[in-house]
Amino acid sequence: MPHALQIVVCAGIVPDPLQTLEPATTPAGPGIKNEMVLPAVLDPWAASALYEAAELVKKNPGSKLWLVSLGPKAKLQQVMMTVAQKVAFELVPVDGPIGGFTDAHATAAVLAEAIAAIPALDKTRLLIFGGWESATRGAGVTLQLIGERLGITEQFQGVDQIDLREDGSFEVLERVEGGKHQVSVCTAAPAVLGWATGNLAEPRNNPQIGMANMRTVMPALMRAKQVKLDANTLSYVSVSLPKQQRETRVEKEMTPEAIAAEIVEWIGKDN
Amino acid sequence: MEKILVLAHADDSGASLTRHSLETVTAGQQLAAKLGAELAIGIVGGEAATLAKTLPSTGAKLLAISGEAFKQARYATDAAACEALSRAAAATIVLAPHSARFARVMAGVAHRLGGLIDTHIGTIGGDAAPQASRWFYRQRIEAILARSARPWFLLVDAGSYAAFAGEAGGAAVEAITVETPAVRTTVSGFRAPKQDEQTIRPDAKLLFVAGAGWTKKQPDGQTHVEEAGKLILGFLHGSGASLGSSKSLVDQGSEGNSVLPFLTHLNQVGQTGATPRHPKGLATCCHGEEPHVVGWRFIGQRRAISLDPNCGWTRGKADVVYIADAFQVVAKLNELLAAKK
Repeated sequence: MPHALQIVVCAGIVPDPLQTLEPATTPAGPGIKNEMVLPAVLDPWAASALYEAAELVKKNPGSKLWLVSLGPKAKLQQVMMTVAQKVAFELVPVDGPIGGFTDAHATAAVLAEAIAAIPALDKTRLLIFGGWESATRGAGVTLQLIGERLGITEQFQGVDQIDLREDGSFEVLERVEGGKHQVSVCTAAPAVLGWATGNLAEPRNNPQIGMANMRTVMPALMRAKQVKLDANTLSYVSVSLPKQQRETRVEKEMTPEAIAAEIVEWIGKDN
Repeated sequence: MEKILVLAHADDSGASLTRHSLETVTAGQQLAAKLGAELAIGIVGGEAATLAKTLPSTGAKLLAISGEAFKQARYATDAAACEALSRAAAATIVLAPHSARFARVMAGVAHRLGGLIDTHIGTIGGDAAPQASRWFYRQRIEAILARSARPWFLLVDAGSYAAFAGEAGGAAVEAITVETPAVRTTVSGFRAPKQDEQTIRPDAKLLFVAGAGWTKKQPDGQTHVEEAGKLILGFLHGSGASLGSSKSLVDQGSEGNSVLPFLTHLNQVGQTGATPRHPKGLATCCHGEEPHVVGWRFIGQRRAISLDPNCGWTRGKADVVYIADAFQVVAKLNELLAAKK
């Protein structure tokens, strides 16, 4: 028997991974040079969470999906033009700073407040999804902090799979060391799940979903609450690009036999 | 004066502390010596006295939470245990390994204590006040940060410090009691490929990265996925290497294309994959920033086999690039490795 779930996906926006990044000093502290004009995408691991959530909603009639995202309104609008083509959701935007150098505790406080303010949210059916780490700060703590603020103590990180059962319980596979998954069974919602890659491919663009989403996305963006993030005593001593540049030897003339012999010798050396 | 607590946990066997925990003990010792701070070590899980047997020589105060409920890695119980240990030690700085077990809970613990947390810490330096280094934007930008607020929780990355190795001896461990919280999650075990099919080997000296080129059309106009699979597995068996993969290769499987059957997202390195630590790395048929920059950040010596002499991503990132057909080279490699055995 399907279970009507309420799934809230927390997803930030990040510079397109193909962009070259350079640190810069801004009035608010460290940042990325030209960050506001760099193409942005939905955070990759959080995007996995969104696609997995949409699949669960599809399989469980009566379920609902919200996408909570913090970022500058203009950037959110740009990213949502693409994301809204993929899966159906209701956007809960929060207008605030972007970037990896902000404090995760401040981000979590803002997102938890936004989630708590969602009308008619039923905690007994609530699953909070997100990426287990972001592609900016990459700290992997924001979801936990949101869970703690909302009083949810069933939490899972590095999730690759969730299987709902007839009785409302669900099995979760979490990544652990050594290429393994830890298998857990949780009796019921609420729970927090920080997703790794999951098992789903990126959905194809669907213009009908896009049109339906944009009817609610644009008004939501217009109403987005503006927030500032507290630094919580976080300060940066230095922010820099790694300087290590290797002298690369390019071998164009060696035969496969000679290359193999050299590699075997290299592998066998202790250093 | 700062009070430093190192949190440590048992390995899967329950009989020993993880190597990563012992590395964090070293980090704690060094920081305590630098700051002239008190050091305590808190242990979660299993039989505390057994787990602590090598720790008396640290000179640290030893605290532990044991019991059946704390053997398993689970948010509710681990968070309660770490919270109780942190309170008992009255720690101002808490160091813990950035393991799957503690990464799952430590932010929640910091929140419960009114503290703050930073993770993926490489080294902890600074003079009068500690400063921690870590990477941002998926290993593209490095930063050194500090916080004046306490308690400050720091999750230390694996491989950042040498593992503490002390003489085994009788350990005086103070047992900390904590009420077992209401638990709705049961851990039923682990799921992993069979031992001989496991291609992820964190302790391997070599990381072998397979790129999408393995499944592309070869000079005869055909793909040779089956042959590629045999060559790669042959190399892994012969060399004992761990297998990494580029995102583009793993994604082919999700999209229903023919791919190497033993590859999963767990093998993926780069932006949405792992950033493993191995002394050496050999990339094959890869093109792009993901495997060569993000996924290779913590690889010591790096070599690549590529057909593209102009691949800009290998230049300056790899020590040696062989311009050759990986099918031919790996076949020869496997012959040589087999002959050596």
